Parts: sequence; structure tokens; C-alpha cells
Amino acid sequence: MKNFESLFAAWMVVWAVFFLYEVTVARRLSKLQEDIERLKQQLREG
Amino acid sequence: MKGRIALAFAAAALMVFAGYAALYIAPDEKTMHAIQRIFYFHVPSAICAFVAFFVVFIANFAYLGTRQQKWDWLGVAGAEVGVACSTIVLITGPIWAHPVWGVWWTWDARLTSTFVLWLLYTAYLLLRGFLEDPQRKATFSAVFGIFAFLDVPLVYFSNRLWRTQHPQPVILGGSNSGLDPMMGKVLLISFVGVLCLMAMLIADRYRLERLRWEYEELRFRAESRAAEEGAKAPRAAAEMR
Repeated sequence: MKNFESLFAAWMVVWAVFFLYEVTVARRLSKLQEDIERLKQQLREG
Repeated sequence: MKGRIALAFAAAALMVFAGYAALYIAPDEKTMHAIQRIFYFHVPSAICAFVAFFVVFIANFAYLGTRQQKWDWLGVAGAEVGVACSTIVLITGPIWAHPVWGVWWTWDARLTSTFVLWLLYTAYLLLRGFLEDPQRKATFSAVFGIFAFLDVPLVYFSNRLWRTQHPQPVILGGSNSGLDPMMGKVLLISFVGVLCLMAMLIADRYRLERLRWEYEELRFRAESRAAEEGAKAPRAAAEMR
């Protein structure tokens, strides 16, 4: 198949952008959830 | 949570099937052959970028009308996902263009207006980083978001209004346009797959923004309490003396 490398590269770009974006959002979410839990604990302990 | 898992599963399954359909089910295009198959991800990503920016536009108007923070969260979620989709468009486009046009990029109306669109929403996201006060941040970005959306119709109509290197539209492009029925079906599957992914990412990003707001509130409470206790301590020490 002619130009298969280009087609494959484009296909990988689509997956890579969505996957990396989802990973960054998930990491930010889990970090924020940890921080919220820590603050809640701090407030409970007074 | 169950809805999110179902959406993620549906999006991943549709994207895998769309990849298979684009490679093996869609008919071969007579002049460009294999490289034309980029069309099945380039076009849906572009449409989804428009949809995401339209979400930003609606959210920005709603924020200015109601001043409810949830609209600002939706705006920033839509903008980030729209930038991700248009990044895909701006990378897959040149990969497609190079073997077909002989150049990676040309400054024609369609390509330039798409690049400007990407720059505008990147600026929208950067602008938010410069402002501390949440109300000011939301108001400025709502006004800027509405202004940025003006470029979306310009991108859409650019290859109808001007002579461009970018091909003329094959969908809703008039009497000389059209798409093979099977190509249309594969395009539809890809579009639904990318749309599901986009919806899932917007929902996740919205949740992140909502949690950030909750975090800021909790931090403010914790700091206020610490300040109160700090003020009480010297008074108590003075009473002891």
C-alpha cells in the first residue's frame, strides 16, 4: 500500500493526542482529589 | 461513573472499528489511493473541533447572562478539547498534503484560518492563566471566547469564498460535490467515534474544573481558620501572663 507510513502516522497522531490529553486530565484529577481529601482532613482535625 | 465508563467503552470501540472500516471497508479513492483514508479522521476531528468551540460559545454567552460559575467550567473544558481536536487537524492535514500537493503547508485561506482558530483558543486558555480573580477570569475569557468563535464560520466558508489549495467541500458543497455512499457510512462511524471521545473528554475536563473550584474554597476556609487561630494565640498568651 503506497503511502502507508503516512497513513499510519496520521492514525497514530489521532490516538496519541486523545490518549495523552486524557492521561493529563486523569492525572490532574487524581492530584486534585488527593489535595481535597488532605484539606478536608485538615479542616476536620481543626 | 457507570455512564462515563459506558461512554469511554463506546468511544474506544467505535474508534477501533472506525480504524478498521477506514482501512478495509471504505473504497479506494481513484487519484490519491491509500493516503486519502486520512480523510476519515481529519474531517471528523475538524467537525468535532467546531462542535467543541460552539459549546464554548454557548457557555460564554450563558456565563455573561447568568454569572453562574458552571458555564465558565464548561467553557474552559470545551476550549481545551477543541484545541486538542484542532491540533489533530493541523497535524494530519500536512501529513495528507505532502504526498498529494508536494508541500507540507501552504498559506491558503482554509489552512491559515484554521491555524488562526487554534491560536485564538490557545490564547483563550493562556489568558486564563494570567488572571487570579475568578470572576474577572471568567468574564474576560467569556468575552474573548465569543470573539474567537467568529473565526469558526470563516474557516467553514473559506474554501467556498476563496480559491484555495485545500479541496472544495465534498459534503454540502453544491451540485458538483458528493461522496460515495460507503465512504459516507465510514465517515459517519468515525465522526460518531470522535464525537463520543470529545464528549467524554469535555465531561472529564468539566469535572476537573469543578473540583478545582471546590479545592479553592476549601483552601480559603483552611487559611481563614489558620489566620483566626494565629490571631487567638497571642491573645491567649497575654491572658496567661
